Amino acid sequence: MSLLTRRIIPCLDVRDGCVTKGVRFKGNVEVGDPVEFGRKYYEEGADELVFYDITASNEKRDIMIDVVRRVAAEIFIPFSVGGGLRTLEDMRDVLLAGAEKVSIDSGAVRDPKLISEGSKAFGRQCVVLSMQVERTDRQELPSGYEVVIDGGRVHTGMDALEWSRRGRDLGAGELCVNSIDRDGTCQGFELELTRLIAEKVDIPVIASGGGATVEHLVEAFTQGKADAAILASVLHYGSTSIPELKEQLVQRGIPIRPSPLG
Amino acid sequence: MIAIVDHEAGNLYSVKRAFLHLGVEAAITSDTGIIQSADRIVIPGVGRAGTVMESLRRKGLVQVLRRCFKEGKTMLGICIGIQIVFERSEEDQASCLGLVPGEVKRFRADEVQGLKVPQMGWNEVKPVRPHPLFEGIEGHAYVYFVNSYYPVPASRETVLGETDYGVTFASAVACGRLVATQFHLEKSGPIGLRMLKNFCEWGE
Repeated sequence: MSLLTRRIIPCLDVRDGCVTKGVRFKGNVEVGDPVEFGRKYYEEGADELVFYDITASNEKRDIMIDVVRRVAAEIFIPFSVGGGLRTLEDMRDVLLAGAEKVSIDSGAVRDPKLISEGSKAFGRQCVVLSMQVERTDRQELPSGYEVVIDGGRVHTGMDALEWSRRGRDLGAGELCVNSIDRDGTCQGFELELTRLIAEKVDIPVIASGGGATVEHLVEAFTQGKADAAILASVLHYGSTSIPELKEQLVQRGIPIRPSPLG
Repeated sequence: MIAIVDHEAGNLYSVKRAFLHLGVEAAITSDTGIIQSADRIVIPGVGRAGTVMESLRRKGLVQVLRRCFKEGKTMLGICIGIQIVFERSEEDQASCLGLVPGEVKRFRADEVQGLKVPQMGWNEVKPVRPHPLFEGIEGHAYVYFVNSYYPVPASRETVLGETDYGVTFASAVACGRLVATQFHLEKSGPIGLRMLKNFCEWGE
């Protein structure tokens, strides 16, 4: 294990300026104000914060930029923003609004140069390659996982491990691997997937999708070999909290930065 | 007023936002006059040693910063800002400001033994001696790092705090009225904000 502490990263899906959450990318309901959520998670000891803009239309991008600006004024931990970033200009806009990192996803699949150009313009540490991944039996995908884009709608025929390697070579600083099969299910992370990528690609791997309990986090950090884990539903709905999870993780011997409220 | 030196790299605004949050006036500037008349100077940011030094040279800031240091101006370096206060860096083979004796080296694979480079995440800074920067900081101080290079001060006397990443390195240094950290104070939560506040109040 690295000497760095494992990171707990709350993730907020933001649509039209509101935090929403669905199950397997569907049936999203509004759960609150992104600025309030951001501040709360910061104060409770989140190690980083992620915002995904899931606003359908491009015209409303200004709303998101304003949200990013307001959140960045109140939280003093790394903050990454993604969702619908298609050009270097899109990336620059969220960085200037106060994000530390940009998370690129479907945009990078369509135009892999986005990774190399982003990394050259803003630094490797700034570019997170995020991918939505689904289990598959197709022989031509040796890892058993396929990359899916456009909010889980379009199958790419790309192998998740292959894409991770390529992303790293193009200049991604981190990989965020989101299991569509587990998203919002609270059944635990897809450990086989995170482990496969973490063992083969030498940049930090963030496990995402399905995490709900302290047990899930322990699994992600040990069996799954993840450097960080994303949580959403369980935190938004208040069924557990960051201080509570962190305290238990410390007891379980996981290197963790204690919550300031702990 | 605090002058945040604009060397055209990294995220200078996050440092400004942190000062704003603390109620301290700060301006991002490369104006030599403003920098020389500021109460305190901050060299922040993410970037490459060679690129940042080139930018400082072009703006005529190398001599200005050296003079400010010599005159005992209160200064803070963050991340790339700790690296360029040394004499030289392995990154770009850059010749740096030379305010603090020593150099900056890259994490070698045999040193970090399988750890990922860059170091990216929360690690502990262990104070090796008391300093106003650490006022009110108790217990394990976890702070946020993003670095592939680390400072190697020539003299142990300048080391304020150390961090373990396969190799134990100086993650905070002080020399006269200059203090510098490898970690991002502006991204290290309440502990980072406290250290920034301590810097603002240092010697007042």
